[in-house]
Amino acid sequence: MSDTLLTVENLEVQFRSGSSTTKAVNGVSFSLNRKENIGIVGESGSGKSVTATSLLRLIPNPPGKITGGRIVFEDKDLLRLSDKEMRKIRGNEISMIFQDPSTSLNPVYTIGNQIVESIKTHQHLNKKEAKEKAIHMLELVGIPEARKRFSMYPHEFSGGMRQRVMIAIALACNPKLLIADEPTTALDVTVQAQILNLMKDLQHSIDTSIVMITHDLGVIWETCDKMLVMYAGNVVESGTVQEIYDNPLHPYTWGLLDSQITESVSSEEELNAIPGSPPDLSLDITGCPFAARCPFAEEICLKKTPEMIEAAEGHFTACHFQTKEHRLDRKEGKVHDRSNIKS
Amino acid sequence: MGKYIFSRLINMIPTLFIVAIIVFLITRMIPGDPASVMLGPQASREDVEALTEALGLNEPIHIQFLQYIGNLLQGDFGVSLSYNQPITDLIINRFPNTVVLAVSALIIAFMIGVPAGIISASKQNSLIDYSITTISLIGVSMPIFWLGVMLVLYFSVNLGWFPATGMGSMDDGFISYLKHLILPSITLATIPTATFARITRSSMLEVITQDYIKTARSKGISEFIVISKHAFKNAFNPLLTVLGLQISSLLGGAVLTETIFSWPGMGLLIMDAIEKRDFVVVQSTVLFIALIFVMVNLVVDILYKVVNPKISYSTNKGGTK
Repeated sequence: MSDTLLTVENLEVQFRSGSSTTKAVNGVSFSLNRKENIGIVGESGSGKSVTATSLLRLIPNPPGKITGGRIVFEDKDLLRLSDKEMRKIRGNEISMIFQDPSTSLNPVYTIGNQIVESIKTHQHLNKKEAKEKAIHMLELVGIPEARKRFSMYPHEFSGGMRQRVMIAIALACNPKLLIADEPTTALDVTVQAQILNLMKDLQHSIDTSIVMITHDLGVIWETCDKMLVMYAGNVVESGTVQEIYDNPLHPYTWGLLDSQITESVSSEEELNAIPGSPPDLSLDITGCPFAARCPFAEEICLKKTPEMIEAAEGHFTACHFQTKEHRLDRKEGKVHDRSNIKS
Repeated sequence: MGKYIFSRLINMIPTLFIVAIIVFLITRMIPGDPASVMLGPQASREDVEALTEALGLNEPIHIQFLQYIGNLLQGDFGVSLSYNQPITDLIINRFPNTVVLAVSALIIAFMIGVPAGIISASKQNSLIDYSITTISLIGVSMPIFWLGVMLVLYFSVNLGWFPATGMGSMDDGFISYLKHLILPSITLATIPTATFARITRSSMLEVITQDYIKTARSKGISEFIVISKHAFKNAFNPLLTVLGLQISSLLGGAVLTETIFSWPGMGLLIMDAIEKRDFVVVQSTVLFIALIFVMVNLVVDILYKVVNPKISYSTNKGGTK
């Protein structure tokens, strides 16, 4: 058995509406080993959630369509599987948890019913065994009085408890890969840490890899081994978490880091934000997608799309000025000077 | 829950009282008096007056109303002027026929309308979706008296497959009974079928974009279960509301259908009674239908709880939610 669990090559996803086509994901590649965690970070609309959803082929079609690339899980090319074969993978080998636990559980069925459903779909257990397994899962994710809670409805649980239930459903069949689409975004700060710790603990006990989608770099520092930084449907930087934490290269990553709220930000100062907003993905972009917002952009950035190059060992980035030979000087904090760009 | 049902039952009383007043007044506004209709055009003036007196129709209108209400409170619906029978007996005879017709129509409507709406929603913007939407639009706008006549013309007169009128008796066998039932129930089912299809479609469309549907798909269960189990039960609430309203409108729609097909139900009874100026029958049958209407609505409200565990009933002012 090879050590690589998942390989994504040049994934492209487009959404069609009327005559316009939005290129939500534009050639994303990464690979993930067993028991390894990868984080995908980016702002809203960067394509990170679409990438994650594509892994299970759950993009609503129409309007969405995976238009290119390969997703290889173990030795199976997921994009070539029939719907039936794909269903055997969903919830069984690859599971997913979603952003908002208050809407991702079905309000009219008990949580017990929803866990049992997942177990019975993939495992040959009778009703009683499936129930016992479900109660065991609920205990595992830290739900007190699991037996009693088994027959309760989602609205009788708090947000954090619901996310625990979602995790129980996702892990019920011991998946090899767990896709977590912003699992803590909708939760209280105090609950966020609990959920992340729970995911890390369970990961060790059942040997799952995690694809963690988030816009919170802190979550990635906490949980992941490697990471991708996505912008406008493209990967702009990738590498190990350690490397990117110590030595971030892409100006967009710098922007993300600077816009984090840390202890050093005083309440008097304005918060650092990246000026402008991401480009409209239904239009063709020439040059670097970040050029319009990049404080370092020069003429070449508007004309030529930068390639992903290995700027340091195992650390890739797509910027004309971040190469092995040449480096930009990072200016921390607010950078509004865009006089160097002639457009 | 028991408390809730009790308070709802108490709340029905004023509703029914108002219905009684309105129906009582409307029937008195119909020109023509029952005594002369009953006695026919050859009757002498004295006979008509004597009968009017005997029927108690000479009393001032408010006295008549109070007498009527007084009788109702004792469970007495009154005696029909034209049939010379207690109205309770008439209702007991006729109501089951209407129920048979309405239930058949409802079953047809539910079995066709709901699946059509589900298919339409799960294949949104496809050819089949457009066809179903168009057909159901035609369906809801169809005048049923015209449809009934057309069905009789084609299937009874031209093809001779089904009898044109009347209700078969079980004595002639189930097949004959069924043959009599088919055209009237199809006629009566048209509007509810189309309404169910439309409501199911719009309600399903709203549900299938929800996150929990994505969760269900991510579990690897089949699309059929995603739609029929996870989506449909959530889409059921609006459907239940419409179901309640349709049951009531079936009882109302039955007046037209029963008249076309001479189906001996409540609708035909009301039509006859109006023609004969049989005030008491009109009043009592309409009141009875109103009672059915409010009871159906109560049952629907209770069913909401079964479908949606989030709804709880409080007893203050009989309000729901």
